[in-house]
Amino acid sequence: MSEPLLEIKDLVVEYHTDEADVHALNGISLSLDKGETLGLVGETGAGKTTTALSIMRLLPKKIGEIKNGQILFEGENLLDKTEAQMRLIRGESISMIFQDPMTSLNPVMRVGDQILEALRLHRPDMSKAEQQKKVDEMLEMVGIPAARKREYPHQFSGGMKQRVVIAIALALEPKLLIADEPTTALDVTIQAQVLQMMSDLKTKLDTSMLLITHDLGVVSQTCDKVAVMYAGEVVEYGRAEDIFLGKQHHPYTEGLFGSLPELNATAKRLSPINGLMPDPMALPEGCKFHPRCPHCTERCKKEIPAVHQDGEHMIRCHLMDKEVR
Amino acid sequence: MATPMLEIKHLKKYFSTPAGQLHAVDDVSLTIEAGQTLGVVGESGCGKSTLGRTVLRLLEPTSGEVLYNGTDITKFNRKQMVAARQELQMIFQDPYASLNPRLSVAEIIAEPLIVNKKYKNKKEMYERVGQLMETVGLAPRLMNSYPHELDGGRRQRIGVARALATDPRFIVCDEPVSALDVSIQAQILNLLMDLQDQQGLSYMFITHDLSVVKHISSHIAVMYLGRCVEYAETEELFAHPMHPYTQALLAAIPVIDITRRGKKWETLQGEVTSPINPAPGCRFAPRCKYACEGCHAGNMELLQISAGHWVACPYAR
Repeated sequence: MSEPLLEIKDLVVEYHTDEADVHALNGISLSLDKGETLGLVGETGAGKTTTALSIMRLLPKKIGEIKNGQILFEGENLLDKTEAQMRLIRGESISMIFQDPMTSLNPVMRVGDQILEALRLHRPDMSKAEQQKKVDEMLEMVGIPAARKREYPHQFSGGMKQRVVIAIALALEPKLLIADEPTTALDVTIQAQVLQMMSDLKTKLDTSMLLITHDLGVVSQTCDKVAVMYAGEVVEYGRAEDIFLGKQHHPYTEGLFGSLPELNATAKRLSPINGLMPDPMALPEGCKFHPRCPHCTERCKKEIPAVHQDGEHMIRCHLMDKEVR
Repeated sequence: MATPMLEIKHLKKYFSTPAGQLHAVDDVSLTIEAGQTLGVVGESGCGKSTLGRTVLRLLEPTSGEVLYNGTDITKFNRKQMVAARQELQMIFQDPYASLNPRLSVAEIIAEPLIVNKKYKNKKEMYERVGQLMETVGLAPRLMNSYPHELDGGRRQRIGVARALATDPRFIVCDEPVSALDVSIQAQILNLLMDLQDQQGLSYMFITHDLSVVKHISSHIAVMYLGRCVEYAETEELFAHPMHPYTQALLAAIPVIDITRRGKKWETLQGEVTSPINPAPGCRFAPRCKYACEGCHAGNMELLQISAGHWVACPYAR
């Protein structure tokens, strides 16, 4: 098999605050092949965005620290790169779409110029005319008339702004696109438009994608692989078929599914997960999920569960000891 | 037939803007029976929050009536309205912005009790606050905490307890779970449904999330640009969506179904047109794939297609 495009190995990230150290990521490992889409799912505080920022090396300086691990992109460890080298990689090879289209654009710059900015920095050998032509092309590609490039962000609706952000992210045809909740701020009909467009562009430009979301519906329809995160760990990882159709699941994944009011189900009561996400400053010992887990045993409170692998499907839970194999 | 608990008749709310009249809610008529939940769905800007606020007169309606047990509350004077609000309450969308950061949990929940002079002495009042906190599943030790110390789910429980303080009969829930994570969202939805079973409350549940609305509502009204375009019982609406907009809305929801992966989404083209001085005719016509000449003229009235199923589209079949 070919080498994966992106491979994260045992990544540990901490945030240092005045009060205590926040354990944001506690040894996560993931890999993403060329052309694939990997979905990162989990609730607020699970470490999804921290994972994305670590790959981009955009963690807040001084506060965020990568304690351990490797992030291999095309076989090279991004954590060994200098800031100058990283600048060449950002946008060029890896680019990112942020959650909130309202705040990720510069309000006092014309949208065309914001796309142009990426080209000017990374494609200095292109002539001005060529750059402008590329800007027009990018706008048309995301479904915005090129004539609107001289307008400012406030003249666009939320869905249109997110299209502009996507145009900027894809202007340099990156190999990896990180999309952090790209459609959370949008209405469903607009979300459908944007997702459709992203998947079309992904095929056209042969880009791999890391899609961060909390919407399992979006994941099931767009991702090839899924990683379920909880309290800075990947608790379940596998192909979409394993996660959505497989029989074995981590209790947290089951809880997530039980929480969803499904359109085609008629259950009167939802079965939510009890309790709350643990405080990342004081994570529980043993399995991080044990205080909320309906199947918790004495062992779960003490021992960190080992990884159980079944083909590509990985579950991190003591329960699997007797069941898998 | 008995008078419905709440009847909204031809309710309109226009806002004046420099560009013209913004038709936020335009001639909406709906009814809610006691013990039922009416779900109001639509995308941002369709006027669903304005509708909820206008019904409680947090915004003054431009015209129209809101009948509560047969009396028109839009005609109430200030004093009558204060009394009526004890029975008509609201839960707000943002559990971060809707709680006064400088009041403790107990003070927030006690405020409606103080305003309405419900209790003789402090002791009695705090007993009631304790009861309310227990009802919504907040630990009594949190009484003296401040909102910033609590997470979104707990804050929303405070909002629910505050709404319940005056023993309301009807609560407008304006996107009460959209700011919460799914597992917490499920906890709050279960709480709201339990309260309805125990106390026979009626809800007007405003949301953009169709799967939530399906779960909690008995009836659903779909809104588009200030208009109610479809109204039916929940089962009926999901089984036979008639209005092209409802159909598009249902098709756009990403359901968990990996067999749809890689297939084309049926997407609605274009975006919502401006609600300022809207053109006559069907407001959805510019995005509608079935639109024809007739759609751009005349007003689209809600028509009864089958028993209890109303659609504002003459071509719906």
